[in-house]
Amino acid sequence: MSSSTLPVPTSPAPAAAASVPLTKKALTADHPTWCPGCGDFAVLAAFYRVLEKLNYPHEKIVTFAGIGCSSRFPYFVNTHGGHFIHGRALPFSAGISLGRDDLHVFVFGGDGDGFSIGGNHLVHTARKNVRLTYVIMDNFVYGLTKKQTSPTSPLGFKTKTDPTGAIDRPINPMRTLLNSGATFVARSHATQVNHMIEMMTRAARHDGFSVVEINSECVEFYPGAFDAANPRKGGTWTVIEEKKHDGTPEDAARHDVTDEVAAYRLALQPWPGCYGVFYENKQQPTKNALEAGLIARARERTKQASDLALLQATFARMR
Amino acid sequence: MASPHTPEATGAATAVTRHAPHSIQDVVIRLAGNSQDGIQTIGGFLARLAGRSDQDVMTYMTIPSTISGGPSIFQVRMGTGEILSAGDRTDMLVAFYQHSYDAHIASLRPGGVLVYDTDHVKPNPDDHRFTQVAVPITTGTVEAVGGAAKDKGKNMFVLGFLARVFDLDVAKLAGLIKERFGGKDEDIVRNAMLAFDAGYGWPQNNLRDLFYRFEAIDRATARTGRPQVTMDGNTALAYGLIAAGIRHGAGYPITPWSSIMEILRTELPKYGGTFVQCEDEIASISTALGFSYSGQLAITGSSGPGLSLKMEALGWAVMAEMPLIVINVQRGGPSTGMPTNVEQSDLMQAIYGSHGDSPRVVLAPRNVEDCFHIALEAARIARDYSTPVLILTDQGLSSRIEAFDEPDFAALMVNPAPDLSERPADFKPYPLDAITRHAPPGARIASGKFPTVTGLEHDELGHPTGSPKLHQQMTAKRREKLKTLAASLPLPEVTGDDAGDVLLVTWGSGWGPGREALTRVRQAGLTAGHLHLRHLNPLPNGLEPIFARYRRIVVAELNDEGLYGFGQLALLLRARFANPAIVSVCKTDGLTFKVSELVAGIGRHLESRTLDTAVGAATASALARPAPTAPSPTASS
Repeated sequence: MSSSTLPVPTSPAPAAAASVPLTKKALTADHPTWCPGCGDFAVLAAFYRVLEKLNYPHEKIVTFAGIGCSSRFPYFVNTHGGHFIHGRALPFSAGISLGRDDLHVFVFGGDGDGFSIGGNHLVHTARKNVRLTYVIMDNFVYGLTKKQTSPTSPLGFKTKTDPTGAIDRPINPMRTLLNSGATFVARSHATQVNHMIEMMTRAARHDGFSVVEINSECVEFYPGAFDAANPRKGGTWTVIEEKKHDGTPEDAARHDVTDEVAAYRLALQPWPGCYGVFYENKQQPTKNALEAGLIARARERTKQASDLALLQATFARMR
Repeated sequence: MASPHTPEATGAATAVTRHAPHSIQDVVIRLAGNSQDGIQTIGGFLARLAGRSDQDVMTYMTIPSTISGGPSIFQVRMGTGEILSAGDRTDMLVAFYQHSYDAHIASLRPGGVLVYDTDHVKPNPDDHRFTQVAVPITTGTVEAVGGAAKDKGKNMFVLGFLARVFDLDVAKLAGLIKERFGGKDEDIVRNAMLAFDAGYGWPQNNLRDLFYRFEAIDRATARTGRPQVTMDGNTALAYGLIAAGIRHGAGYPITPWSSIMEILRTELPKYGGTFVQCEDEIASISTALGFSYSGQLAITGSSGPGLSLKMEALGWAVMAEMPLIVINVQRGGPSTGMPTNVEQSDLMQAIYGSHGDSPRVVLAPRNVEDCFHIALEAARIARDYSTPVLILTDQGLSSRIEAFDEPDFAALMVNPAPDLSERPADFKPYPLDAITRHAPPGARIASGKFPTVTGLEHDELGHPTGSPKLHQQMTAKRREKLKTLAASLPLPEVTGDDAGDVLLVTWGSGWGPGREALTRVRQAGLTAGHLHLRHLNPLPNGLEPIFARYRRIVVAELNDEGLYGFGQLALLLRARFANPAIVSVCKTDGLTFKVSELVAGIGRHLESRTLDTAVGAATASALARPAPTAPSPTASS
């Protein structure tokens, strides 16, 4: 690199190519660098299946992430995407989604990225109802930096930053998400592959800001964190039974996903609580749609004038 | 002013014998009142009238950093020929209140005209330095509007007064008033015109002298023939971005940046675009980078403290080589500093802020017109070099109004459509031997291997790497592309003498005062040149031989002289050229440079002991004396 006359490449010519169904092979990129046994492997395997199922045009899928173990995710999925700064993947991805409504945007992160450094962005992306899907791989600990307290670490959990046990109350992800106005809120467990596939697929199909929190064990720094919900480890796996509106007496006891107060009640259940869709609001317009509406009305007011005519008219008023 | 012509009675409709109007080239008027008196409205009318009359105009305003109310001024300089600064001293002061008089009488040059509201101001009757004109502004307004009217409309009375005194085009002014208030209640337009007419009639009936007429403009030498437009710097910048094909942006409100985001939020939807108000500064730059990643070159912006918050993400943009426009409307710092005052103290932050070696492009517009054109240049550079580009404007430029030739939009407009064409099988986003070109999502990649963008060091395909060799190569690549840009930049022109005693170097809003100072310095007998830098990082090539031709290079900037006696640009230039002739003129009083301050600063450096004695001491001391006054209203009468 001694030259200071770098050539500026020209854009290649467009070429047509037919869409082919997505396969795991086509979706596989670099081999994951996670520790053997990490829960995130299962989330990745489930996500390949989700993409196969959804069968979006390959080039229109975008995966992005912040910083942390789980945030390496986009390197392991062969789609357009990348890796942004700590905690800010949501506003970045909101830019992608709002800039290009034709894209399918998936954001990956962990508990630190989502609830600590990016907590404010989680609240505001939720309240704006930006159309994208956010998968939070929650392991209750900071793993990449080798065991510090996370915002979801339970009280008393001993870490390098809390050697005598965590004293700050943990964030309750479901409660936080509901309170922020997220329009699709679900919870899953990395040992339940089919459940993860179902949750992520439903989240992706939701027209709005959809979040799936997945308990994903850190085998290095918090082994056994989620055993209480793992039947193979003697735990109790409780799935939310959703209302079928079939008029049967047992349906009355089932959970109405459109009932925000009922969702709060589920969120407040003691650990490990239940898994499934807590809340789904299909009535709330997305920011994408609201912005498109603003554009449509503004274009109508200006009688669909060309950019050049618009700018010329504006300057004529400033003469 | 040769002789005072204080009117003998106020409000009396006695016939007076009027003298022929004095011919003037330009005038500096300062209106001093409270922020709710609408003095900025008068200033805006005068500025736009000047623009429509093919006159040049420059304004300057202060607003108090309070939520509501408080003393406020609006200064307008208008006239014939090129106006480069808002004027060091005022030719006419219009004082609405006693505090306006007390605080601003010092700005009036000896021989100037004091116009004061007899209902509120008691000037010193023994002060014979000025022509005192007692005008019943409040009473006159209330009488004119009639009924139970309060004194709302005083500004229109004063506008009428000025229109008569300076022989302004009343038909054009009335047109502007109707445009401005037309959408409102008819009573508002009617009352405004009643007050205006009363103000217009007052000098007619009460003054013998004090009538002026601007010299005619020589149309043959005037401008490009395109109509003039009149606006402030932030407006020019916002529309420049639109012309540059920018349709997406994100920001968080902060003075004095906010008006850019307000304009873009209103305007972009008309062009099919979006501007997002975010929860904070970090989200703003992140969202803007998301837009850029999606193929839509985006802007974000802020002022001082907001820029600091954006710095981590800016580092990502450098590493990921993502095009982006970042505007910083500089204000007094550090921290919250002086939000409504000007400073040029974010240069180092703009060039070196963020972590690691993170070369990026930094540009600064020189006046309001340039705010428009620099937006186009910034967008072109950001796209061509896949780099973040910072535009360093300042509080002075952001709110000041100037008239300039309407740009030739048809020739300038840029198509905003992203390039979604398929990339060939050997596509590498980060080639070591060429400038990075991203493939936005939606673009097929023939190899089937999609690129990743990341803040981690990466190989040519964008994959993270820990290779020391690659890190060194990629660091060099990011640096070299800026050197490529530097080689393409035009060498700034030197105005004045191309060698000699002193080269005055300015950046940003220092351009206009610098040009005027050059004239003054050369009149005093020095051989002097003026060089203005628009491209601050990278610097254009070829400055060194220019600097070598002068005995002193005086860099003027609105920041502190620092620990070692050099302002921020001066420090960079000394580091770059190791030239001991580079010296600084700095100030941090929150106001733009007065021409006299620049002249005095040059004088100080020429007198300094370390300077070669070739510069005549007489010339240096001539510069050190108080500057001659701006052209007097009566100078050519």
